[in-house]
Amino acid sequence: MKQPSLAHVLQPKWRTALQRLREERASGGTGKLAILVMVGGAFWAGVFWVLYRILSALRAVQELGPLIPGKILGLILLSFISILVLSNVITALSSFFLAKDLDLLVSAPVDWLRLYLAKLGETLVHSSWMVALMAIPILSAYGVVFKGGVLFAPYAVLAIVPMLIVPAVIGCAITLILVNIFPARRTRDLLSIIALGAAAGVILLFRMIRPEQLARPEGFRNLLDFVILLRGPTSPFLPSEWASQAIMGYLRHELDPFPLIMLWTTAIAFVTFGALLHRALYPQGFTKAQEGAERFIRGGLWRWTVGSLLAWLPVAKREFVLKDIKLFFRDTTQWSQLILLAVLVVVYLFNIQALPLRRGEPVGFFYVNLVSFLNLGLAGFVLASIAARFIFPAVSLEGRQMWLLRSSPLDLRALLWSKYWVGTVPLLVLGLILTGVTNALLEVSTFMMILSLATMTALTLAISALALTFGTLYPQFETENAAQIPTSFGGLVFMMATIALLAAVLILLSRAVYTYVRAAWDGHVVGITLEMIVLFALAAALCTAATMLPLRMALRKMEAFEF
Amino acid sequence: MIRLENLTKLYGSFVAVDDISLHVPRGVLFGCLGPNGAGKTTTLRMIAGILRPTQGRVLLGGDDVHVNPLSAKMRLGFIPDRPFVYDKLTGAEFLRFVAGLYGQEGDTVGRRIAELLEVFELTSWQDELVEAYSHGMRQKLIISSALIHRPECIVVDEPMVGLDPKAARLLKDIFRQFVEKGGTVLMSTHTLEVAEAMCDQIAIIQHGKIVAAGTVSDVRRQHKAGDASLEELFLKLTGGAQVRELAEVLGGMA
Repeated sequence: MKQPSLAHVLQPKWRTALQRLREERASGGTGKLAILVMVGGAFWAGVFWVLYRILSALRAVQELGPLIPGKILGLILLSFISILVLSNVITALSSFFLAKDLDLLVSAPVDWLRLYLAKLGETLVHSSWMVALMAIPILSAYGVVFKGGVLFAPYAVLAIVPMLIVPAVIGCAITLILVNIFPARRTRDLLSIIALGAAAGVILLFRMIRPEQLARPEGFRNLLDFVILLRGPTSPFLPSEWASQAIMGYLRHELDPFPLIMLWTTAIAFVTFGALLHRALYPQGFTKAQEGAERFIRGGLWRWTVGSLLAWLPVAKREFVLKDIKLFFRDTTQWSQLILLAVLVVVYLFNIQALPLRRGEPVGFFYVNLVSFLNLGLAGFVLASIAARFIFPAVSLEGRQMWLLRSSPLDLRALLWSKYWVGTVPLLVLGLILTGVTNALLEVSTFMMILSLATMTALTLAISALALTFGTLYPQFETENAAQIPTSFGGLVFMMATIALLAAVLILLSRAVYTYVRAAWDGHVVGITLEMIVLFALAAALCTAATMLPLRMALRKMEAFEF
Repeated sequence: MIRLENLTKLYGSFVAVDDISLHVPRGVLFGCLGPNGAGKTTTLRMIAGILRPTQGRVLLGGDDVHVNPLSAKMRLGFIPDRPFVYDKLTGAEFLRFVAGLYGQEGDTVGRRIAELLEVFELTSWQDELVEAYSHGMRQKLIISSALIHRPECIVVDEPMVGLDPKAARLLKDIFRQFVEKGGTVLMSTHTLEVAEAMCDQIAIIQHGKIVAAGTVSDVRRQHKAGDASLEELFLKLTGGAQVRELAEVLGGMA
């Protein structure tokens, strides 16, 4: 029998994507597209500009030349690979085992290789598009600073593509093995392991990078040691290192085909081994994934605890909050990520504590305040990522049940209220812990402590509102896996909008912090000036607007939802 | 009780529901019949307040569903054709949640839940997650949830799909008793025997328009169908010629 082509098997996917684009355009998407192009363009320009400045400065250092830029590229690509493996594991679970088209594909006479390649391609595109987009301004900056010329672009694509294929194959293989080991739809066990694996991966990555060595050149006996460290590969057996070598070789005009050959042969070998593994394990794994779900026991704990605490709320809101909490803790794709979150918080605080700041007063005082202030941005970014994962999908996850909510007399404001606070309260607690503990570790002054905590509270309220709103504006009602929702187009727009908000608030507050640090540095009494009050008021107004306006937009959008 | 006035729904340029007006009085079990894609589900979803009409309005007991949604929806129990519910709630938890949406709480809710689970033979499953339920059990759970707040009218899309014969019979009896006590049921169905046996009045919808309405005898009279069965009448009104052509094509394949 003649087998269908790979393009034919993938046809529903790209046709669906095209149709979505058409629908987007038909529903007044031009304005939305313009906003997206502007925000995306500004984001790209920002990344490009920052890297361009850093690379230009580093290139000017005679002795080190392109060594540090090469090292930085290696680290960036290494972090990309780590992110890609994790994201491919999660995506592969959906595309290989949970997707709705699988019944059709598996029951059709499509051979195993086509099925594997089609699903591998789907997983790769879903997991890697964001990383690929992020790589564009980064590699552009390298190309421009090192005068790579027009041909650098296709060359970079040639070097990056196999680097995307390898983690996709690894991710799919890990998922395939895990599904075979764990019975049925026990995604709880599966995803717990993924979360723990990811946590271990982050720690491992952190150790492999050894950032403290790069940050402290004075720790080396002489410059030669430092140069030797820079010359040595960070991780010689990883494709990220080969891609970095290939790209830097081209930019140094020392064209060595070896890294490219390594990249492509490895990618081809991995796809071959992945396909063989798929042939051996997929039928059994797929069958296991179709087996029945777990049975459950009586669970009155939430009603006695949270239910009693929320007794003052109207019954609809109370039931909604209780329902959301129960669903969260019973859905392993959701709660298992808390493990990773906890590890990340520990690593975060550990890093702050390990910073070599107190090596001499009064320089230490300056650094402490600088780090405390910049920590607001970093903690804000961490909270935005968490909001993207947990709050952004909140409305999308109601999609299939929306018939019930819309046909009942539930006020949509109550729904939005519940979703907002269920997400915001834990996020706020985390935000305050991150800033409070960090500031305590840094031993900052009361002024900085109050400023940080107040800013973090205002930012968290706004980030949460933005996440909920963008999740409502760009809902993904048909997605099988909640973990996939934030990687959508809307998730990207949310992250960009949040970064813009963080930047705006930090720029507004920087002047006030500068005034404070300056006064303290000069030994003056630090007083609250009118300028400070105006700046605080502006920052507060910005956060309030970023909370209230999006929530109103979300409510309007929800009222217009049709199912 | 249920009144549709010039109800129209457009999807882009496609007319899904075309200027439908209908009145279903209290104490009537009304059936909407029509081929696939005729606009039945769209009409029912507009009545339930899930879809917004492009034109026209829906009144439930005098309240416009889109102007006074809360008071209109308090009167309504809606049962959709696709039983999507929260997989990670147990059956009892789901029913309590729905009762909460209708502002009901306390011991009476607990008693009502127990009563409904008993009627639909789901008591032994009440503490199981919904993800473990079969299609038919989910359907029974959704029917229970539509009855939990004692609605005045029930709008139900394809009620018999997925139900075993016993549950289907139970549902027929429940609907019958419901209308006898003054309630109103508006249902869509493909099962013409069900419609003929259960419905006091019917409407046949084709291409988004009502092509016939009234009691089955009225419709027969309007279309000079003599003693024709509802199936023959339905095929006559909705394109029976196509069915014959289809039968010929399928016959040729054998």
